[in-house]
Amino acid sequence: MSTTLNLKLKVWRQESADDVGAFEYYDVAVADDASFLEMLDYVNEGLILDDREPIAFDHDCREGICGSCSLMIDGQAHGPQKGTATCQLFMRKFSDGDEIVVEPWRAAGFPLVKDLAVNRAAFDRIIEAGGYISVNTGAAPDANITLVPKEAADAAMDAAACIGCGACVAACPNSAGNLFTAAKLQHLNLLPQGQPERLARTEAMVEKMEEFFGSCTNHGECQEACPKEISVDFIAMMNRDYLKAKLANRKRSGQKKFG
Amino acid sequence: MTQATESRPGADAPEVNGPPKQSRFWIVEFYSSAIGKKWVMALTGIGLMGFVLVHMVGNLKMFLGRTEFDHYAESLRTLLYPIFPHGVVLWIFRIGLIVMFGFHIHSAYTLTRMNHRARPIKYQSPRDYVAVTFASRTMRWTGIIIGLYLIFHLADLTWGFANPDFVRGAAYDNLVASFERWPIAIIYILANIALGIHLFHGGWSIFQSTGMNNPRYNSARRGFAAGFAILVAGINCLFPIAVLAGVVH
Repeated sequence: MSTTLNLKLKVWRQESADDVGAFEYYDVAVADDASFLEMLDYVNEGLILDDREPIAFDHDCREGICGSCSLMIDGQAHGPQKGTATCQLFMRKFSDGDEIVVEPWRAAGFPLVKDLAVNRAAFDRIIEAGGYISVNTGAAPDANITLVPKEAADAAMDAAACIGCGACVAACPNSAGNLFTAAKLQHLNLLPQGQPERLARTEAMVEKMEEFFGSCTNHGECQEACPKEISVDFIAMMNRDYLKAKLANRKRSGQKKFG
Repeated sequence: MTQATESRPGADAPEVNGPPKQSRFWIVEFYSSAIGKKWVMALTGIGLMGFVLVHMVGNLKMFLGRTEFDHYAESLRTLLYPIFPHGVVLWIFRIGLIVMFGFHIHSAYTLTRMNHRARPIKYQSPRDYVAVTFASRTMRWTGIIIGLYLIFHLADLTWGFANPDFVRGAAYDNLVASFERWPIAIIYILANIALGIHLFHGGWSIFQSTGMNNPRYNSARRGFAAGFAILVAGINCLFPIAVLAGVVH
């Protein structure tokens, strides 16, 4: 049996990027087995019935793998539960009578679209800068022809778990995008398939990232906020690879600058 | 087949910091990037940590008395003498320190500006931080305190104009005369607490910024930073306390 929670919501409402926003208060009674986004759906149904504008928020798969949902909940990206995206956060984490504050991600790199929705196109630009490998087409290679140590595959998989939600940027006191960029770099840089373009990729993605975001001061808030619990160790690897990218004899390794 | 998508205003990524700097010299390009500046911050930080450690060890000589301490102070000027003339090696060290301080402060200043640009609109509700420490949140302020203190420290015991009893070359007497005034002693103690806090985050940050990441020593990184901070700042705080307590007189 689920119990009903009576909650007071304090939600950021803003018509568009150019408007002035403010918090608005909503009372909601919701079953404790609802997810946080379902709770917002209930609120929106009520708003629509009252002929008021529903709260805009990003969501898609609602099973924690697409990276669409966001939300700063009570001052924490994706809310108080570690290793969980907002869609997988359930209302049983809250108590009857709680006031819950909901704010959009705040970063110059993520301009606000409306209410709680922000534009995360900056992440797409970083991926475009080098978050891929180049493979010439031809016959399919034999399985296991490229040997990958189990540990390297595991580490690459840990980095590849990044869903690109932007919680790292949102949680970072400096709005740095280092955890996202490091994850997207290292899941390729750790594998043999990623080596031919490793240095060029690192340089291009880091420098694209720095067009949008702040710098890392090693607080570690990002790895705590990350719904996939990606480690700041990948940032350390990225820092090392960036120095290599600048120092190495790139002419010899054929890794000319991207772009 | 590629599809043309209609571009709406405000739909693309925003302009925040501008494109990366291009240069013929890799080192200029490297330093113009934020990660490059973090490297420079870390490497100059290592140099400055070496300096504060040696400075602290040298000052321990005050417990051996006036003759030993003044002899140590003079020996700094005769380092590698007669290969180098009197005082030259000390000046090489001083120039090195000034350059390291310069880059350390410049990179910190530029990165702080960049970080402020990256979040022009702050969170309107209180943040609930999970991982930040007091030290990591106050690096800018402890850094500024150390910088101001450094100028005072030079005025007090190197240039001497902040110390009414200053006699050039009488290192031990100058130090005792300075620390015997309790307000001055408190300035030294507070500044060294700030130094300890700065070293606690900086000492760990070095490993992260330079990619020193290895399961063999990862668990020791925080301990190293804490140990180094307590060692240097703690013993530095002992000096004014020893003078005030009459152990060194």
